[in-house]
Amino acid sequence: MGNDLVVPAIVAVTLVTVAIGFYGLRLARTTSDFLVASRVVSPTWNAAAIGGEYLSAASFLGVAGLILKYGVDVLWYPVGFAAGYLALLLFVAAPLRRSGAFTLPDFCELRLGSRRLRTLATVFVIFIGWLYLVPQLQGAGLTLATLAGAPYPVGALVVAAVVTANVALGGMRAVTFVQAFQYWLKLTALAVPAIFLALQWQADGRPAVTPPDGATFRTATTVVVEQRAVLTLADGQTLEVRPGDELSFAEGEPVPEVSGVTNGATDWLLPSDAGSDDRGLFGTYSLILATFLGTMGLPHVLVRFYTNPDGAAARRTTLVVLALVGVFYLLPTIYGVLGRIYTPQLLVTGQTDAVVVLLPEAALGAGTTGRLLAALVAAGAFAAFLSTSSGLLTSVAGVISTDVLGRGSVRGFRLATVIAGVVPTALALNVSGLDVSQVVGLAFAVAASSFCPLLVLGIWWRGLTDAGAAAGILVGGGAAVTSVLITVLGPEMTGWPATFIAQPAAWTVPLAFTVMIAVSLATRRRAPADIGRTMLRLHAPDALHS
Amino acid sequence: MAAEDAPPAPRRPEPAATSDSPVGSGPPARTRVVLAEVSRRSRWPAGTHTELTQQTRVGEALVRGLVRAQLALALQLSAVVMVGLGGLPWLFAIAPSVGRMTVLGVNLPWLLLGVLSFPFLVAVGWTYVRLAERNEQDFTDLVQRPER
Repeated sequence: MGNDLVVPAIVAVTLVTVAIGFYGLRLARTTSDFLVASRVVSPTWNAAAIGGEYLSAASFLGVAGLILKYGVDVLWYPVGFAAGYLALLLFVAAPLRRSGAFTLPDFCELRLGSRRLRTLATVFVIFIGWLYLVPQLQGAGLTLATLAGAPYPVGALVVAAVVTANVALGGMRAVTFVQAFQYWLKLTALAVPAIFLALQWQADGRPAVTPPDGATFRTATTVVVEQRAVLTLADGQTLEVRPGDELSFAEGEPVPEVSGVTNGATDWLLPSDAGSDDRGLFGTYSLILATFLGTMGLPHVLVRFYTNPDGAAARRTTLVVLALVGVFYLLPTIYGVLGRIYTPQLLVTGQTDAVVVLLPEAALGAGTTGRLLAALVAAGAFAAFLSTSSGLLTSVAGVISTDVLGRGSVRGFRLATVIAGVVPTALALNVSGLDVSQVVGLAFAVAASSFCPLLVLGIWWRGLTDAGAAAGILVGGGAAVTSVLITVLGPEMTGWPATFIAQPAAWTVPLAFTVMIAVSLATRRRAPADIGRTMLRLHAPDALHS
Repeated sequence: MAAEDAPPAPRRPEPAATSDSPVGSGPPARTRVVLAEVSRRSRWPAGTHTELTQQTRVGEALVRGLVRAQLALALQLSAVVMVGLGGLPWLFAIAPSVGRMTVLGVNLPWLLLGVLSFPFLVAVGWTYVRLAERNEQDFTDLVQRPER
């Protein structure tokens, strides 16, 4: 893959990010500037920044890769990622802003007045933040390896270093400008090549996405296998391949079926059936639940709401974010679908996450247009890694500096940023085989089973107690965390247990709600005495708040 | 209500007089925010707010009513989404023929999920913002009435 434009494009994005960061540094002087941008960020900037921060490697690369691999069933990922903002808007946005809480631990203390609950929430914020940071750094490593031939650790280290330095030196106001810029960059980087790809597809005579005889190679292709798999060739023979094996296919030859990949045209095109595929249906609903309810519990999403001036502004900002994110998610589907035609070899190598960055050159050829577009996409992908990692790092560092180090100074925040950045970098360097979108999905499941019930019940139900909240987080969140650890570290499983562990939200979220309500009812006397005042503060219109 | 005007201190928003306090000699940008809040305050007669914060029976009932109205609205709209979107996997599962239908050459599930679901979500969100703000307006009108 010798595209000499990719590296300059990535360097340009990184430099612009750092430059905006330094511009922000000149404005950021007090601790309050660092942590909440002094509350003078306008709603439009804020909405673009939230969108920019939210659209991560999983959205930019992972969704298209999953669609290429599994077809229509995984369209629930983008739908759920967007719908998460609707749930946030309906149940959390305005009251959370009015509560004055800056982080989730803040909310615990404000609403329930318990220091121990605050500590528990801190642990979960850090766990979710790190779990979400690892795949971002991984994505950076894989992208640089695919496009520029750099060794895997280089990309991960570059992104980690740039982000840590930027956050430590500029704080959040700088990050707000960076994020807003990066939303528009990411949208452009997917939209412009998508137009060219669609035109090329027209010019090629609209080749069928799912030809009746299965996918075929359009050109003679040599494939280097990167993951163990069993291939079923067109003549029915099976072939076991290992990483490093090279396979050559002639033009027009059918793409072999790969174990674990939805290859058959009908399976890819159509939703899973009942009866024949109950586990698929369970997995779909579990995914819907995790993404719908998990967004509100992600630490880097909540932290943004404090930069809105009041509750009504928080609601309007969320609505704009929903629209911005929705527009963006129209695009990855195009890449996933066209990837079936132009990059079928990715189904054999298993590197489906690379479809977005490889497709422009595969479809348009290695001419100037193809190389320019490939460089643009690579720049967008890097923007995705940089922005999401910045947001996550800011929130994890904020929690570490106030709750673990126990000082609110700028120096403390900088030290916390370094600590928060080093751990996920070390993890990312040691686990390269994990599926980017799967790990992100697990982070959503943990957030949905711990902080979602806490926020929803805390905002709407007077009866919530600190004991109930702690029990719910421990049982529900704990079950989700256990599932994550088994998925990442444990043995491979099959059948229903594997489904329950790989997509835990459908049982851990109801479990968390049930435990939280039951224990709160049992410890009714511990309900805060000033609950009436708190409810007034959370729900009264902003004009009454002075 | 000094506590509610408090600056965005990272640890907890209670402390009223930290070094970051906008009441003091902060940068001009921050002063503007405070002035906006002060001018807003003047629109509200002192008695109304006291009624709510002093936890009188009337005030308590008013707030409960508002919370119930907002929660009902949020639940109704999430029910719309649950039926409209959440029903789709089930529909495709029990009636596979629906999943096989094509519109303009595109299979229906791809069109529904990949394209139409996003404007649908935005429409629900827009409805919510409008109705939630109307609920709040009703509440402020109700609070204001005894003062007239």
